[in-house]
Amino acid sequence: MDEHTLRETVLRVLGEVAPEVDVTRVNPAEDLRDQLDLDSMDLLNLAIGLFQATGTEVPERDYGRIVTVDGCVGYLMERGGPPA
Amino acid sequence: MSYRTIHKGPRDWRVPPNLAVDALEHDAFSWDVARAWLDGLPGGRGLNIAHEAVDRHADGASGTRTAIRWLGKHGERENLTYEDLRRRTNRMAHVLEDLGIRRGDAVFTLTGRVPELYATAFGTLKAGAVLSPLFSAFGPEPVRQRLEIGRGRVLVTGRAAYERKIAGIRDRLPHLEHVLLTDVPAGAPPPAGTLSLASLMADADDTYVIGPTDPQEPALLHFTSGTTGTPKGAVHVHEAVVMHHATGRFALDLHPGDIFWCTADPGWVTGTSYGIITPLTHGITSIVDEAEFDADRWYRILSGERVSVWYTAPTAVRRLMRLGEEPARDADLSALRFVASVGEPLNPEAVVWGSDALGLPVHDNWWQTETGGIMIANTIAADVKPGSMGRPLPGVEAAVLSHGPDGVVTHDGEVEVLPAGHEGELALRPGWPSMFRGYLHDDERYRRCFAGGWYLTGDLVTRDADGYYWFLGRSDDVIKSSGHLIGPFEVESTLLEHPAVAEAGVIGKPDPLAGEIVKAFVVVKPRVRADDALSRELIGFGRSRLGAAVAPRELGFVDDLPHTRSGKIMRRLLRARELGLAVGDLSTLEGEETT
Repeated sequence: MDEHTLRETVLRVLGEVAPEVDVTRVNPAEDLRDQLDLDSMDLLNLAIGLFQATGTEVPERDYGRIVTVDGCVGYLMERGGPPA
Repeated sequence: MSYRTIHKGPRDWRVPPNLAVDALEHDAFSWDVARAWLDGLPGGRGLNIAHEAVDRHADGASGTRTAIRWLGKHGERENLTYEDLRRRTNRMAHVLEDLGIRRGDAVFTLTGRVPELYATAFGTLKAGAVLSPLFSAFGPEPVRQRLEIGRGRVLVTGRAAYERKIAGIRDRLPHLEHVLLTDVPAGAPPPAGTLSLASLMADADDTYVIGPTDPQEPALLHFTSGTTGTPKGAVHVHEAVVMHHATGRFALDLHPGDIFWCTADPGWVTGTSYGIITPLTHGITSIVDEAEFDADRWYRILSGERVSVWYTAPTAVRRLMRLGEEPARDADLSALRFVASVGEPLNPEAVVWGSDALGLPVHDNWWQTETGGIMIANTIAADVKPGSMGRPLPGVEAAVLSHGPDGVVTHDGEVEVLPAGHEGELALRPGWPSMFRGYLHDDERYRRCFAGGWYLTGDLVTRDADGYYWFLGRSDDVIKSSGHLIGPFEVESTLLEHPAVAEAGVIGKPDPLAGEIVKAFVVVKPRVRADDALSRELIGFGRSRLGAAVAPRELGFVDDLPHTRSGKIMRRLLRARELGLAVGDLSTLEGEETT
C-alpha cells in the first residue's frame, strides 16, 4: 500500500475504534491519547484493527510507535508487506 | 491445572519482613498499636493525613529527601522533597481558604498524574476540606454526576479537560464556583470562568499551620458504582491514614529507603490511598509516572529508578506477559524486592510469570473503595497460593457468610458464618480505621451494606483450610474492567438517551487482558434500522459522554431483553448467553425468577 492508502486505512480503523472522532480533523502529529482521550485499550484495538486491515502485526512492544496517525503510517510503511 | 504453593523462606527477603511469617495468626496487634506509629498533630490537636504524609517529614534531614519523583510524559523529571511538598501544600491550603473554601467543602480533581495533583491533595486536607479525585478518562456525564452528588465547590483540572468536559456542562453545576487550571502559567490569561492555579499559588504564603482536626472528620470522597442508581460517594475520614500506614507496612512491606511505585490512576481509590498517601506517611520516595501503560517505558522505570516495591494491576501484568520473559530479564531489576497487584483477581499464570520473569511472584491483594485500604493480602513472608487473594491482615476480621439468590441469608437479623470450603459472600467486621463512614446523601444504601454486625462486600468467595480466600465472582452486576469498577446502570442510562434506543442491558464480557470489557445489548425503537452504522454511532455516543474506559467496547442488537417478573433486566442471563452457557444451567446458576 502507498502512503496515501495507508493513511486512509489508519483513519478508517481509528474511526472504528473511536466512532465519536471526526477523523478529518485529527492532528496527525499529536498523541491520540491526549488529543482524543483514547485509552490504552483503544490503542490495543487500534493495533488489532491495523493488523486486520494491513496484515502488519504491531507487537505490544511497539505500541509506543502507533500513538499518532503519522506514527501509525510510518510504522506500517516500514514494516508493512502486502495485506495478509 | 492447579498451581503449586510458592513457599517462602529467609532467602526470599532482603530486609526483615514487617510482618513475620506467623504474625497473621497473632492477636498482639491492635489499632492502637498502629495509631502509635503516627505522630498526630502537634499539641494533641488531632490527626490530619497531610501532617502524617508531609509535614512530619519536612523538618531536619528528612526534609531534603525526595518525596515524589515525577516523570513527565515527554521525559521531564522533577524531584519534590518533603520540604518542597510542605511549602506547596501550604500555599494550596491558603489558595483554597482565600477562595472561601471551608472545612468539609468538597475539592475535586480531574487530572492525570501531574505534580499539581499532589499539592492539591494535601493542601485540601490541610485546609480541612474533602478531596474527591475523579478518573481523568471519565467523559462529561460521569464527571457531572459526581460533581453534583459531591456538591464540589472547587475543581482542579487541566485546560484541555476543562474545554472538552466541563465548559459544556458548567451551567448544570450550580455548586461549582471555582475551576483552577493546572497548566495555565502564572501571569497568562486563563480561559473565561477559570483561574490559573500557578498564579494563585505564586501569590500565596508558603507557611501554614494545620488547624485542629478530629480524626473522624471527612477527608476523602471516593465514588464507586453499584448495580443500580447513581454513583455512590464513599466518605472516608482522617483516621483512615492509620490504615494507609499500617497496610503500607504489612501488605507492601515498606521500609525506610524504599523506592515505591504505584501505577494506579489517582481517580480510583488505589491511586489515592497508595499512589498519594501511603508512601509519604512512610517518608519514602514515591515514583509518579504521568504516562499511561507502555511496556518498554515501565521496564525502564523499574530499572532506571531502582524501584524496590511495586504496586500494579492485573491488566498491566498480563500486558507485560505478552512480551514474554526476555524484556524483564534484560532489564536490571536488582533493586526490586516486592511486587503486589490489585484491581481484579490476579490469575495464577500471572503470579507464576512474576516468579519466572521478574524473579518475584506477583502478590495479589484485595480491598475495595469502601474499605479504604488493603484488607486481605499475600504478604512478603507468607506462602503464596497462586490465584488466591491471600489472608486477612492483622486487625482485619473476615468471614464467609451464607448467601442465597437475594444476597446474604438472614434470620431475624442474624447471619450464618460458613466454615472453610463453603462458597458465600465475603464479609468484614467493621472497626478498621479506613472503613467508609457513609455514602454521601444516601443512608439507605449505606445501611443495606450491613447485616448481623458485618459489612457485606458484594464479592463471592471461599476460604480454604489454611485461611486463604479465593474470589469466585460478584454477587451483583458491577463490571470490573482494567481494574475499574463500572456500574451497568450508568452505561444503560446514557445509551437510553440516544433517540434510537428503546432499552439497553450492559454486562461485563470476559476479556483475557482487561478482565472484563463493557458489552451492551440494545433493543432499538420501532422502525429503527439496527445495523453496523447504528452500532458504531451508539458506541461513539457512549464514548463521548462516558469516556473510553466506561463506554461499551462492544454492542449487539437484540429483539428483547430478559426481565424478572418485577421488570428488572436479567443481566446475568445476558451474560450467560454471551458466554454460551446452556439456558438449562440458569436455574441453578442464577437461582432467579425468569419471565
